[in-house]
Amino acid sequence: MKEPKQLSVSAIENGTVIDHIPANNLFKVIQILGLDHIDNQITFGTNLESKRLGKKAIIKIADIFFEEQDINRIALVAPDAKLNIIKGYEVVEKAVVEVPDEIVGIAKCVNPKCITNFESVTTRFRVVDKKPVSLKCHYCEKITDQEHLSII
Amino acid sequence: MKKRSLVSIDDLSTDEIIRLLDMATEFEKEPIQNLLEGKVVSTLFFEPSTRTRLSFESAISRLGGKIIGFTDASSSSVTKGESLNDTIRTVNNYCDLIVMRHPIEGSARYASEIATVPVVNAGDGANQHPTQTMLDLYSIRKTQGKLENLNIFLVGDLKYGRTVHSLLMAMARWNATFNFIAPEDLKMPEEYKMYLKNLGLKYYEHTDFTDIVSEADIIYMTRVQKERFSDPMDYEKVKNVYVLRNSMLKKTKPTMRILHPLPRVNEIHTDVDSNPKAYYFEQALNGVFTRQAILAFLLGIKK
Repeated sequence: MKEPKQLSVSAIENGTVIDHIPANNLFKVIQILGLDHIDNQITFGTNLESKRLGKKAIIKIADIFFEEQDINRIALVAPDAKLNIIKGYEVVEKAVVEVPDEIVGIAKCVNPKCITNFESVTTRFRVVDKKPVSLKCHYCEKITDQEHLSII
Repeated sequence: MKKRSLVSIDDLSTDEIIRLLDMATEFEKEPIQNLLEGKVVSTLFFEPSTRTRLSFESAISRLGGKIIGFTDASSSSVTKGESLNDTIRTVNNYCDLIVMRHPIEGSARYASEIATVPVVNAGDGANQHPTQTMLDLYSIRKTQGKLENLNIFLVGDLKYGRTVHSLLMAMARWNATFNFIAPEDLKMPEEYKMYLKNLGLKYYEHTDFTDIVSEADIIYMTRVQKERFSDPMDYEKVKNVYVLRNSMLKKTKPTMRILHPLPRVNEIHTDVDSNPKAYYFEQALNGVFTRQAILAFLLGIKK
C-alpha cells in the first residue's frame, strides 16, 4: 500500500512564529514587516480555524528575530498577535505585540485636506489611545480613530 | 543655534508665550527698530489674506527687513504644478525666515521640516494660526491686565472656527471659564469640551445671545459663514441671531472688551464701533507688535 501523500509545514529550527493574525490582515502584516522582500524561508497559513478570531493566519519565518519596535508596527492590523521565538526547534520566548506610542508610515490620515494626502509625505501619528486605537496626525493634528483607520 | 519654527501655539511653552507678550509690549513702545537689517523674509501666501499678510509685512518693514514673496498661488510656480516640497527647498535658499499661509492642513509642519530656516505658520487651512492666537492673548492681557481667571465668551461659529479653538486651548493654561454661544449646527466640538473637562475647567453652552454676556471679561465674536451650512434656510434662520448690538452692552462690566479676528460682516453692528468696549481694530494693530516679537524671537535676535 502506498503511503498517503502528506503536505507538512515543517517546524523551523530557528526563527519567529507569528500567530493569531486576523486572516484578512495577513498580507498587510507581510507588507509592514517587509517579508515580501527577503530571502529567508517563510511559510504561512491562512483561514485557519480560531476560537477567538474566527479565521486566523500564522507566519513562520526562519532565522529572523524581530526587534520589539519593529514587531510592534503590526499592532494596528494584528493587535492580538502572539510571537513564539524558536531556537533549536524549541520555543524559547513568547511575546505579544503592543501598540507603540508613535506610528510612522503605516496608517493613512483620515483628513482629506491633510498634506499627507496631497504630497508624498511619510505619515506620522501620536497614539492618543491604544484601545480602541486613536491616532493624532503629526501634520494636520486631526484624529484618526479605529473605525476610520486604513493602512497604506 | 537650533532652528525654531512656530507652527502651532503648542510649540511654545507658557514661559515663552509670556516672554513673547513682554517683547511685544516693548515693540509697542518702540515699534521702529532695525533688528532685521540685512535679513530677507519670504512671505508665501498660497491663498489670499489681507490682514495677516499686511501685518506681517508691516512688522518686517518696521524692523528693517526686506520682503520677498507672493500674495496668492496663481502668481507662483504652483500653477506650473510644483510641489510644496520643491517650492520650500528653493525659497529656503533665498531668505532667513519663511512666513507661509497655505490652504492644506499640516502644510506648515511639513514645510518646517523641509526648510533649514525658521517657518512661521500664517494659517494652514482649518488647522492652526498661532500668530492670531498670540495677538489675541496680547489683546486680552493688555485690556484686562492679566491672563488668569478670566471669563471668556466665544460667540458665533464655534465648530469650524480655528481661531476660537486655538484661543480656547491657549487660555486653558490660565484657568479661564468659558461660555459658548452658538447655533445648534455650529456648536463647540466635543473634543474641545473634553479638553476643558480633563483640565477641570468650567464651561457653559448657550444657544441664545442674551444679557448673560454681562458676566463676560472678553466677548470674542466670530463670523457665521454662509458656506458652512448645508441648507441655506438654516443660515437664514441664524444669521441675524448672533449679532452684537450696542444696546446689549449696557449691563456688561466696564472693563469688558469685544474682540473679533476680522473681517466682520454683520455680526457686530456698526453702532458698537464707537463704544469704548469695542477693541477689534486695536486688536488688529496688536498683530504687528506680536509678529515683530515672534520674528525677532525665532531669528534669535531677541531672547
